[in-house]
Amino acid sequence: MSARVLGAAIGAVGCVAIAMAQSPAGSQAAKEPATLGIGRPATQAEIAARDIDVGPDGVGLPPGKGTAAEGATIYAGRCAGCHGKTGKEGPNDVLVGRIPNDEFPFVRDPRAPKTIGSYWPYATTVFDYIRRAMPPDKPGSLTDAEVYNLTAFLLASNDLIPQDAVIDATSLPKVKMPAHDHFKPDTRTERPGRSGGSGRSSGSEKSGRSGGPVK
Amino acid sequence: MKVSRRDLLAGAAGVVAAGAAGAAQSQDPPADPSKVRGRPSRALGQRAATEKPQRQPRGATSSGTPHQDLYGTITPSDLHFERHHGGVPEIDPKNYSLLVHGMVERPTIFTLADLKRFPAVSRVHFLECSGNFGGRGTATELTPQQIAGLTSTSEWTGVALATIFREVGVRPQAKWFLAEGGDAALLTRSIPVSKAFDDALVAYGQNGEAIRPEQGYPARLFLPGWEGNSNVKWLRRIELSDRPFMTREETSKYTEPMADGTARMFSFLMDARSLITYPSYPVTLTRGWVEINGIAWTGSGKITRVDVSTDGGATWTAAKLQEPVLSKAHTRFRHLWNWSGGEAVIMSRAVDETGYTQPTRETLIKSRGVSGVGYHINPVTGWRVRQDGTVIYNAEPWA
Repeated sequence: MSARVLGAAIGAVGCVAIAMAQSPAGSQAAKEPATLGIGRPATQAEIAARDIDVGPDGVGLPPGKGTAAEGATIYAGRCAGCHGKTGKEGPNDVLVGRIPNDEFPFVRDPRAPKTIGSYWPYATTVFDYIRRAMPPDKPGSLTDAEVYNLTAFLLASNDLIPQDAVIDATSLPKVKMPAHDHFKPDTRTERPGRSGGSGRSSGSEKSGRSGGPVK
Repeated sequence: MKVSRRDLLAGAAGVVAAGAAGAAQSQDPPADPSKVRGRPSRALGQRAATEKPQRQPRGATSSGTPHQDLYGTITPSDLHFERHHGGVPEIDPKNYSLLVHGMVERPTIFTLADLKRFPAVSRVHFLECSGNFGGRGTATELTPQQIAGLTSTSEWTGVALATIFREVGVRPQAKWFLAEGGDAALLTRSIPVSKAFDDALVAYGQNGEAIRPEQGYPARLFLPGWEGNSNVKWLRRIELSDRPFMTREETSKYTEPMADGTARMFSFLMDARSLITYPSYPVTLTRGWVEINGIAWTGSGKITRVDVSTDGGATWTAAKLQEPVLSKAHTRFRHLWNWSGGEAVIMSRAVDETGYTQPTRETLIKSRGVSGVGYHINPVTGWRVRQDGTVIYNAEPWA
């Protein structure tokens, strides 16, 4: 059974249950069709025009390639004004810099910069984000080649790839990110008996329960 | 409707009078309004000239709700907080469309009119930015708006996302979907498909009218109880997938470094919180009975109890909850207190239907450290009433 049919079946059952609960005894429950025939089919061209996302596995990366040398020129012209000459100076997000021994000190040091090299868990995000949102004064204006070049420049500046490495759809998802293994999905919603809350190793937040006595 | 010459004359006179009196009224209302003819009807209502609640912009990318100026639980739409990452786009509803594709049987484009043809639902829910805590420093001259202005409650109307997903035929292997906005940031978040079949909406209505531009006009994703950023505004595309997309807003942003050395991601749920909105800075109290009141909310369902302390947390009393208490919505709490004139710290602490209790600052620091990352910080906070009746924020510096 496809999800559609299953979903429709669940929907129909839910609909009947609601109708039975709300209708006076004896009245007929209205039957909702599986689909309503609303909307029109999207063409491949329409999908391609909007579908620009890049996944952590590299799915969605376009043809083309880039290098740090090419990216440096583009960075100087389009990015340095907000992110600094080398990506470390700001005033906006600091993009470049590693923490000694690739430590992850953010919980104890509010000033540790969360750069691509210190905090970003996936290299593919760099390409995806630049392409969709940068630069803020002219978002969406960079060509795919320019985005590849900028991505290579930022990864090389963070010592994540050699200066002469070529970044493309094959190599980008393979770049090892120091922060990757630190990222863990939230488990608050998986605790038994509740739909959310604090939990797991940080379960000390539960001690919020033990305030003073309630009169 | 038949309009007589007399009505027209009276109307015209009224317009002239309103023009003159309008200007005069805002500065100098008549001593006895019952002795002056009032202004005529008009096409669009306005607040009383003496009421001037304002959002408080923080930079160009957010502004908070003035909780200290509001009553009840619904936030007026023009005072709903805003937070955006590429500015507020101007979208012509005639050109708007939502594309749903990926792991679906029928990739489909819906116009705004299409969305409105679906069976609709209306629900009252809060929406809160997960970066909603402005009280970590030493400042004491802070209003409720500055402490927690990035939460608001509206009645949202739209189509259940489950209805749209059935229409396009979501495939069984689809576990996540990407929601993409049509703003200059093309903001994207990955959302579990299970939320769609729980209570997610594609909303186009807010408090009875079209959603405001700052809230996602003409249509947005609405995920009750989940962090504001994941409720993607100006929704233009949904792509079904078998894995999350690892966008910038769910990796380098909106993640929380934890004391155990990890960074928590996909932390959608907004945990229980409360905020006393009266008395608060910059009110000055006079001795006698005071109704302490405020708002409490939780992404886990209903608020079941709000405890109030008037002695800095030594003892707590359960406040009255204003009915009806709605799931995942601001709940007004009230507690009558006789202030005899001494210095006092008043605090509130929310409990929700899962048994979760709003944590203390110490508890949060224990699990999250003193990181500069301010997501999902929901500590018990309070106000210090000084002997002269002035009220200031009870600052408890974070580091």
